[in-house]
Amino acid sequence: MEFMGFPLFDFPIFPESASTLAGDVDAIYFFALAVSAVSSLLIAIILFGFFAVYKRKKKSEIGTPTAEPLALEIGWSLIPLVVTMVMFFWGAWVFLKAVNVPEDAIAYSATGKQWMWKFQHPTGQREINHLHVPLGEKIKLTMTSEDVIHSFFVPAFRVKQDVLPGRYTTVWFEATKTGTYHLFCTEYCGAEHARMIGSVVVMAPEDYQEWLDQMSQTMPPAMIGEQLFDQLACNSCHFDMDRGRGPALGGIAGERVELADGRTLDRDDDYLRMSILRPSEHLVDGYQRIMPTYQGQISETSLLQLIAYIKSLPAADDALIADDESEEPEDEDTTTDVVHNAAQLALETVAVTVGE
Amino acid sequence: MSAGHAAANSYEAGLAHHFESFEQQKESSFLGMWLFLVQEIMFFGGLFVAYAVYRSMYPAAFMAGSQQLDTFWGFLNTLVLLCSSFTMVLAVWGAQVGRKKVIVWGLIGTIFFGAVFLGVKVVEYSAKFEHHLVPGESFEWPPKKHHGGDHGAEAAAHGADDLAHGAVIATEAHGADVAIDSSNAVEMSGRGGAIIFFFLYFFMTGMHALHMVIGIVIMLIMLPMAAKGKWGPDNHNFVEGFGLYWHFVDLVWIFLFPFLYLLGAH
Amino acid sequence: MSSTSSDTYNYMMAPEAEPEINKDNYLNDGWRLQDWLLSLDHKRIGILYLISITVFFALGGAYAALIRLELITPGGDLLSPDAYNRAFTMHGVLMVFFFLIPSIPAVFGNFVLPLMIGAKDVAFPKLNLASWYMYMIGGTLTLVAMVTGGVDTGWTFYTPYSTAYSNTFVAAVAVGIFVNGFSSIFTGINFMVTIHRMRAPGLTWFRLPLFIWAMYATSLIMILGTPVLAITLLLVGAERLLGLGIFDPALGGDPILFQHLFWFYSHPAVYIMILPSLGVVSELVATFSRKRVFGYAFVAFASVAIAVIGFVVWGHHMFVSSQSAYAGMVFSFLTMFVAVPSAVKVFNWMATMFKGSIEYSTPMFYALGFIGLFVIGGLTGLMLGTMGLDIHLHDTYFVVAHFHYIMVGGALFGYLGAMHYWWPKMFGRMYPDGLSHMSALVIFLGFNLTFFPQFILGYLGMPRRYHVYPDEFQILHVMSSAGASVLAVGYMIPLVYFTWSLVAGRAAGRNPWRAVGLEWLLPSPPPTHNFHEIPTVDWEANEYRELPEVEPAPMPLRSVPGQA
Repeated sequence: MEFMGFPLFDFPIFPESASTLAGDVDAIYFFALAVSAVSSLLIAIILFGFFAVYKRKKKSEIGTPTAEPLALEIGWSLIPLVVTMVMFFWGAWVFLKAVNVPEDAIAYSATGKQWMWKFQHPTGQREINHLHVPLGEKIKLTMTSEDVIHSFFVPAFRVKQDVLPGRYTTVWFEATKTGTYHLFCTEYCGAEHARMIGSVVVMAPEDYQEWLDQMSQTMPPAMIGEQLFDQLACNSCHFDMDRGRGPALGGIAGERVELADGRTLDRDDDYLRMSILRPSEHLVDGYQRIMPTYQGQISETSLLQLIAYIKSLPAADDALIADDESEEPEDEDTTTDVVHNAAQLALETVAVTVGE
Repeated sequence: MSAGHAAANSYEAGLAHHFESFEQQKESSFLGMWLFLVQEIMFFGGLFVAYAVYRSMYPAAFMAGSQQLDTFWGFLNTLVLLCSSFTMVLAVWGAQVGRKKVIVWGLIGTIFFGAVFLGVKVVEYSAKFEHHLVPGESFEWPPKKHHGGDHGAEAAAHGADDLAHGAVIATEAHGADVAIDSSNAVEMSGRGGAIIFFFLYFFMTGMHALHMVIGIVIMLIMLPMAAKGKWGPDNHNFVEGFGLYWHFVDLVWIFLFPFLYLLGAH
Repeated sequence: MSSTSSDTYNYMMAPEAEPEINKDNYLNDGWRLQDWLLSLDHKRIGILYLISITVFFALGGAYAALIRLELITPGGDLLSPDAYNRAFTMHGVLMVFFFLIPSIPAVFGNFVLPLMIGAKDVAFPKLNLASWYMYMIGGTLTLVAMVTGGVDTGWTFYTPYSTAYSNTFVAAVAVGIFVNGFSSIFTGINFMVTIHRMRAPGLTWFRLPLFIWAMYATSLIMILGTPVLAITLLLVGAERLLGLGIFDPALGGDPILFQHLFWFYSHPAVYIMILPSLGVVSELVATFSRKRVFGYAFVAFASVAIAVIGFVVWGHHMFVSSQSAYAGMVFSFLTMFVAVPSAVKVFNWMATMFKGSIEYSTPMFYALGFIGLFVIGGLTGLMLGTMGLDIHLHDTYFVVAHFHYIMVGGALFGYLGAMHYWWPKMFGRMYPDGLSHMSALVIFLGFNLTFFPQFILGYLGMPRRYHVYPDEFQILHVMSSAGASVLAVGYMIPLVYFTWSLVAGRAAGRNPWRAVGLEWLLPSPPPTHNFHEIPTVDWEANEYRELPEVEPAPMPLRSVPGQA
């Protein structure tokens, strides 16, 4: 059915189910729905029935007193109690299943920050906002946040877990269908909360392997740029607005800027390039002349990657951006080391903040 | 009819128009006061919960922080408050039996002891400022040695070791696969825990002191009224209600003192 | 009980041949500004609250309109992310703290509670006035923060976002809500003492109207819960202003502790909103079925049970917050017990209608709508309390839909029901039947169209607090926005006819519904000092005896002013 070219009844009513947990959660849902539908309908029928049958007929009519048997009160206290206890035990059982990570799960790591998801595969590959996983494997994510509380939610898998700064939380799932599924942040985390979304791509194991191999060769420039940003320790000065020794870089690309010498320039690619190579000539108003020159220190390719990364930083005036302090892991990094690094660095971040 | 008549006669004697009898008025004002104190308990209760949570998170830092507090001043203030409760009881008794002088002197005594308490608090707070123990920019941890807490620095360092250990355990409990590099944890937990201890110290004693200040202000307003003979056997609900409040504030201190001061005593 | 009706009872239930508007009423007792702003009369304070919460409701509604407009398209075309975040935060803050929590207690509790128990005022009239001022000061602070930039943390103020990351006026709003908290506490203390100590002779606990029981349970939560919120917000404010970390993990604090403290108040706060409505509906169902409420004691104790259990279930907001699974199980288990007293109430209301004499009147329609929506809200609440299901539903639109069914379908329907029920008592005039029936229907339909699609959205996975969303969710969002506009129209209609009624409505008389209750003994609007002489109660709550068909002999009671 359409209304002015607009489909009226063409909307989804049930999400895709693509994990081993989905069936369990849906089963409770259908049970609860059935209970709800039956009881609401019964109540509605009775209410309307009473309204029709006992409509006042005479102005001074009063209701007929009825007996109030205790058994009735006890009975209709017990019915909801029984139903809710079924819901409780069933729900707790599914919950325990969802939070108890199987021994043989493969460990991935995830970091939430305003407003992106960063993932790392056990083999070292990194991704932003997208996570590729093999079908039929138990995947465990160890998660932490660099700033505020986020929440990892994949509706198709029926999994959700808050991601907290300063501690680890875990979530696990086993995908049962290949495809691309929504990944949402469900804990409100600031201006671009709604854009802290991504996808989980479930691939057949052999496709996944192929993808992994490819990944290590062709990483997107912005991502390599991010690693360079860390290696060159740019992040020690450029992090957020008022706390860094250098200007914050989020969303500056294309904006106008006032320099210390009074000029006003567009921050286009050239500007960014020159600012990296000869920073003292492009000193932004209000900052010290402390950034070293990178002329001759950095290849053009790397420079492009760095710029690509800077431009990819989200634009938001009050954003906390580019304070990523993760190190590039060694090639032979094991999963343990990945987590180890993340743990150490999260704590370092904390220590630095406290030190200030 | 008779009730209404009685009410009309006693109106000037202090019975509010909406009450039927003195007894009703009295019961109402006491019940109201008790309910007010119940909500006060919940208010301080929230703080004590925060205290309990952080103490279990940072036991050693709380111990070390506690050692920076001067038990002598804390104990003195406990005595001072007990004395003020006694003078308050005198004032209430004075109101019940209608002895104007007893009320006035009871109130003056209570105000005096309350002021002494606050004076001691000022001395203590300023010592904390001097020793850089006020959370904020200038907070120094572990603290430098000073006359009051010779063991403090040592204990703080010791506490930090414990905490590093604690942090590792905590991490494992949260499901991380590896222990955290402990040198960072030492720095963080020792200092972080101490900041929280001193924040709670200032916040809890500050809230308590605020209640004392409010009480003293109310008593200063009560003084001239008492001198004019406003309160007597028929009309002392206000004094009694205020007495409940004052005793409650004392009671809060009886909890604060051991939790904050005596925790780290050897 | 006594089979022969007492004079007082007969007088209360007698029809009036020519209803009149009582001239000697509280409204006419001085019209200077200070007569209102410094009035200690509980009825005037109720009216002050009525006006101020209507203003806050309108403001909160305006923010809701912005939200629903924005969500018509998936792309974020109307508001910037910041503006949207401020809009939903202010919508939540205004509606929760400045409309729903004070609504029924502060307006109708203040106005009718003393009348219902035969008191001349609440126990502490000055405290009562102070509570209104606290409300206004808190509200003004919040409005100032709103005008100068708003807050973007959500009404839940989760740390560390609220303490370390948000660049908005969090501290100002926290202080605003802190001050407003005193208004709740004062009201709670006042009601509790009034109910305990100032009941009319003969009005025993088990003769109390069920609305009074609900007010009692509500007061209990106000007194026990609000101080915890106060201290929590004070800590948030201190952390923000002083840069210290009590909840910020970067400084060693624990953000989960904030959630515990916050929900320790804010879950019971939901019962502050719904319990008064449950009480109102008990009154409405009994009055308009002309039958004593079935299972009176069960309904009364159900209110208290909900209040008490409500204090031990807060952790069900935190199943996926990293709270331990076993703590979660305890909270989930306890949550299930809220369902029992809630269901008991619904069943008892239905049994009350059985063999009743049901009048098709506006307040009764609101009660009917309330029961339906409360059942849906309650059942979906049960789903959210089920841990395994909550993993998927937490922080999605399912939650949004659920709490709007409780807060709008429940609390607001109860508020409107109370408004239509006691309006004739408050102002002595009736409102038009046809128009009010229609608006009840419009509000009911608009409400369901707005919020039912959100259940579906929620299970599909649409998260809360998103200003942009994937395209496939659009149709459901459009439905919801369409419903919201219907709802907006529904809210306008009563505003119009109530205003009209103030000047031109026909006189209501003493007891237009022929309801049982001390407030109906008084002329409408009631005189300033309520009862000249406190009447003695010799009837049960909502006890109906044979109704006199004609007006009996002139008033036998000296106790009713204007007749003495």
